[in-house]
Amino acid sequence: MSVTYIDAIREAQETLLREDPRVFLYGQDIANFGGAFKATKGLSDAFPGRVIDSPISEDAMIGLAVGAAIEGMRPIVEMQFADFSSIAFNQIVNQAATHYYRTGMPIPITVRLPSGGTPGSGPFHSQSMEGIYAQYPGLVVVTPATVSDAYHMLIDSVKLDDPVLYCEHKFLYRWLKSKAINGDHLPIGQARIARPGKHATVVTYSAMVHEAVRAADRLQADGWEIEVVDLRSVKPLDLDTVLASVARTGRLLALGEAFPWGGVTAEVVAKVTEEGFHLLDAPPQRLNARDTPVPYHPKLWAAHRPTPESICDALRKLLSF
Amino acid sequence: MSSQREFLRCSFRAMLRSRILENKLSSLYKAGKIVGGVYLGRGQEAVSATLGTSLIQGKDCFAPLIRDQAGRTAFGESMLDCTRTYLGSVEGPMKGRDGNIHRGRPEKGMPAMISHLGAQVPLIAGMLFAKRMKGVLDGCVGATTVGDGATSTGAFHEGMNLAAVENLPMVVVVANNQFAYSTPNHRQFACTDLVERAKGYGFSGHSVDGTDMLACAKVIGGAVRTARDGGGPQMIVAHLLRLSGHGEHDDGSYVPDSAKGGHYGRDCIEVAMRQLAEGGYAAVNEILSWQEEAAEEVQRAVAQAQQEPVPDPYREDWTALSTKFPLTST
Repeated sequence: MSVTYIDAIREAQETLLREDPRVFLYGQDIANFGGAFKATKGLSDAFPGRVIDSPISEDAMIGLAVGAAIEGMRPIVEMQFADFSSIAFNQIVNQAATHYYRTGMPIPITVRLPSGGTPGSGPFHSQSMEGIYAQYPGLVVVTPATVSDAYHMLIDSVKLDDPVLYCEHKFLYRWLKSKAINGDHLPIGQARIARPGKHATVVTYSAMVHEAVRAADRLQADGWEIEVVDLRSVKPLDLDTVLASVARTGRLLALGEAFPWGGVTAEVVAKVTEEGFHLLDAPPQRLNARDTPVPYHPKLWAAHRPTPESICDALRKLLSF
Repeated sequence: MSSQREFLRCSFRAMLRSRILENKLSSLYKAGKIVGGVYLGRGQEAVSATLGTSLIQGKDCFAPLIRDQAGRTAFGESMLDCTRTYLGSVEGPMKGRDGNIHRGRPEKGMPAMISHLGAQVPLIAGMLFAKRMKGVLDGCVGATTVGDGATSTGAFHEGMNLAAVENLPMVVVVANNQFAYSTPNHRQFACTDLVERAKGYGFSGHSVDGTDMLACAKVIGGAVRTARDGGGPQMIVAHLLRLSGHGEHDDGSYVPDSAKGGHYGRDCIEVAMRQLAEGGYAAVNEILSWQEEAAEEVQRAVAQAQQEPVPDPYREDWTALSTKFPLTST
């Protein structure tokens, strides 16, 4: 018996619905159909009236959630794909994110963003939006990379009083399995050393954690010990754990699946350079997706995002300084 | 509201208090005492006040927009909330973090508007949706207002459709004041009358002369009653003319004289005053005493807000999250 990443997301929602009467789920095709990825399968039967189909209206979906949060509810909104949250951008960054600062009343909504690429998904079903939302004050942005984090971080997101963008990676949905949901249950805002090492640090998050570990395993054969830091949440960003790792290794590669201009990896490099310049033995490097829309064809897609090969190349370059 | 007489008197007093307050805000802006902008509801008071009077604070929810000083007043917003927000007092609901009409008391059922038009439509729907989940929706109404310009946004469309799909007791008042900033109706929409859209959304549609307080009381008050009694979502298109610029920085010179001199160019407060006197709802002396009371109230609210501290950037809590990170391990 094993638990997949998407099972964990479903389990977390079931736990939340069972334990907190303020929680409801709202999204497209999530009730009887169980969601495009089956993250809510069976939940509308188990919790009648609390798992609700929305019209195809991403802006209004978040508007509704903010209104419900004002009335004391804890909505979880499922965006069918993170890409479609661009339609809800205004409600997320202007309505939800500004509310606590402006009025003193926090907005405890959780927006689930099925993120990242899978082969054949193309430009509009593959995006990674975390960097865009992290840019805005008033939002928490989490990016679970493990089955355990998928479960605990969703529960913790809903318990936070502030709006949370919960970026779940579609590639991990069924590929990533665990024997059970356990894990260290670190709090949101704390990074984890996913793989210890001493020659270079890869700071990454979400599905790229697994690609980074693969790359590190390959370099092990050449005698390199690569440390992989899983940020877990990109905002807040656990700079202490990152700096401690860079202090051990002296070398930094910031790795992400999002587009290369700005974003999480740029923020990591900027912060480490600013606060840990003296720790660096080599210029910090970034590796991201390419600067084109996410392509459809599996061969193009696989070369658009960082791969164990391109991560190894970037690390070898970093280690050669 | 116990009787039509009481309803009309309450609505009118809110109109009057709003107009006198806004005249003062305009003066303060022109004297350089208010930074940012001042946005008036001049000419829209009858629509706004009759809506606000129809609602019950503590039970209903109301998302006012840019030209709803009268509706806010009728709903129960204190004048101090207005002057404190315009003058940046830290005692106000927005503490100087937001200004002018971008204010509210969400905990009292009146969310603070954002500038993005149409955005409050699904927000009010969400408040009603939550009330239904909590089992307290019976007899409640949620209302919001928009202008003609907001009806062109995707947010308005999505919000209207969603509210109707959920069959919520929602009242949406479209104040068609003929100009969205400077853009006239014929560059904003191509249907003959915006009320035609109600049917498409699944709302009951109503039209009203927004300069006629008696008509507004009947149509808007009636729509609120219908929604409250389970009649489903209601959309009212009020026809009127904005009797000011978009804001006090704008002289509105693009509004043609023909519009200003036309039927909707008349001042709803003057119309209402005649209606009250002729209908025997209020005597002229009584109206004059209300006017004096309102002027004194405005003076007090401005004076108090002016004496209060403005925000101190060195003491400001520069955080946009209520959660204090780092969290301890759970």
